[in-house]
Amino acid sequence: MQEYDYNKTHIIDIPLELAMKTENLQVFYGDNHAMHDASLEFPRHRITALIGASGSGKSTYLRCLNRMNDRIATVKGKIMYRGMDINTKNINVYEVRKHISMVFQRPNPFAKSIRENITFALKRNGIKDKNELNKRVEESLKAAALWDEVKDDLDKSALALSGGQAQRLCIARCVAMKPDILLLDEPASALDPISAAKIEDTLMELRENYSIIIVTHNMQQASRIADYTAFFHMGHVLEYDVTEKIFTTPQIKATEDYISGNFG
Amino acid sequence: MNSKTSNNIATGVIYFLVACVLAILVFLLGYILITGIPHVSWHFLTSSAQSFAAGGGIRDQLFNSMYLLVLTLIISFPIALGSGIYLSEYAPENWITGVIRTAVEVLSSLPSVVVGLFGFLLFVVNFHMGFSILAGAIALTFFNLPLLTRSIEESLQDVSELQREAGLSLGLSRWKTITGIVLPAALPGILTGIILSAGRVFGEAAALIYTAGQSAPTVNYGDWNPMDSASFLNFMRPAETLAVHIWKVNTEGVTPDAAAISSGASAVLIVVILLFNLLARMLGRWLYKRMTATK
Repeated sequence: MQEYDYNKTHIIDIPLELAMKTENLQVFYGDNHAMHDASLEFPRHRITALIGASGSGKSTYLRCLNRMNDRIATVKGKIMYRGMDINTKNINVYEVRKHISMVFQRPNPFAKSIRENITFALKRNGIKDKNELNKRVEESLKAAALWDEVKDDLDKSALALSGGQAQRLCIARCVAMKPDILLLDEPASALDPISAAKIEDTLMELRENYSIIIVTHNMQQASRIADYTAFFHMGHVLEYDVTEKIFTTPQIKATEDYISGNFG
Repeated sequence: MNSKTSNNIATGVIYFLVACVLAILVFLLGYILITGIPHVSWHFLTSSAQSFAAGGGIRDQLFNSMYLLVLTLIISFPIALGSGIYLSEYAPENWITGVIRTAVEVLSSLPSVVVGLFGFLLFVVNFHMGFSILAGAIALTFFNLPLLTRSIEESLQDVSELQREAGLSLGLSRWKTITGIVLPAALPGILTGIILSAGRVFGEAAALIYTAGQSAPTVNYGDWNPMDSASFLNFMRPAETLAVHIWKVNTEGVTPDAAAISSGASAVLIVVILLFNLLARMLGRWLYKRMTATK
């Protein structure tokens, strides 16, 4: 693979209200320096895509944003959310994750009914009122475009859903918690094209009310749905700009090579 | 030799080996059941054992086995659950947990007669418990614990890491994720583990001869006060179990029908353990279906 100059980067500041940002974020797996100095800003109520080849560090970076890397890696640097650095010891990580929620690559519904998949975390957070719970179930399933398919089967096992339905249930489960920011780690990569398209539609709808950060392998997907796109390579963020510019006039050689299919 | 013949030979050998295992099992079970079942009657199951005369039953021994099993599980399950959760969910990979795992393994391979003699010295003699159900239950806990801990740990490990991540990413604490998501998902496996280990406990004799004792005093099945010495629930009384009874009848039985009693009791023991196994499978499957749907 060609060597690139990692000191040459093109990263813009976002001219909009911010959802969150990182300052000099670094990740270490033991001695392995997996992420170097990532400083990115994420706009509120927009979709930001993180692209790059396998092993470029994009998933690692995403998992830092709601502290899912806590037990696996050492994360240095600042993660600013509502004027607070959430990458410090005295932050309540469980509280952070209620505001910054994550959907994973492989659908992971709980071994419970569809309804309970959504209400479980709500109940644990003190929402006991039946009507409120039912309302949240309906709202979140509608938001994830799953309501029409499952409204008669709410009490059936979530494990019987297809991959695409299960993934939308996982999105609904996050949405029901009314988080601020949704992190998605390649949510459509394990799905067939039709299911993947439905997930994309869902995200476009959710964009109205949520700030979305999505990791994706799929460059068409990024260009279709993302407002901003960051390009990761070998643990470095090399370019971050408006999506259109990334895909039409990239400023960095590595980005250009990647999107034109010269590697990765 | 081409790959087709070698494959045929390998399959043939494997079938033969499986057939050997199956034949041994069928022969054993068949022999025990065929020689034993004719001696099993309602009278046999519901009357007390006789010391010298013929016609004794196994009512007290059967009940003692059950009661001992329940007590053993009451003592061992909470401990095993706690250590299983610790080993699977919290234990870091270091030398301390390595020692714990090795200790669990060594404990599970201790010969039961050694556990029995140890229980005899410590509980029966030193702690003045006397031959009692409680001393027996504690001794059985000793070797039920490693099996149960292991099976609980493995059931928890079988639950996908994705489930834990899902819980955590929704802002649930680790404890809530474990108790609310991982544990329910592991429940069918845990239940199977409990019932299978129950089968072993039920059939154990060597560890009980010196702890729960070899005599089955007459008890009053209408007396529900465990503190009463005549009560069937009293756990400080000596209690000969079914397995111990079989051993005793065979070694020092003086009743004229000792052979028949031994065969009948063996058949009952085997049937109960087979029932445990069947129950484990059915309950596990039923529970899994039940858990995954609401109410």
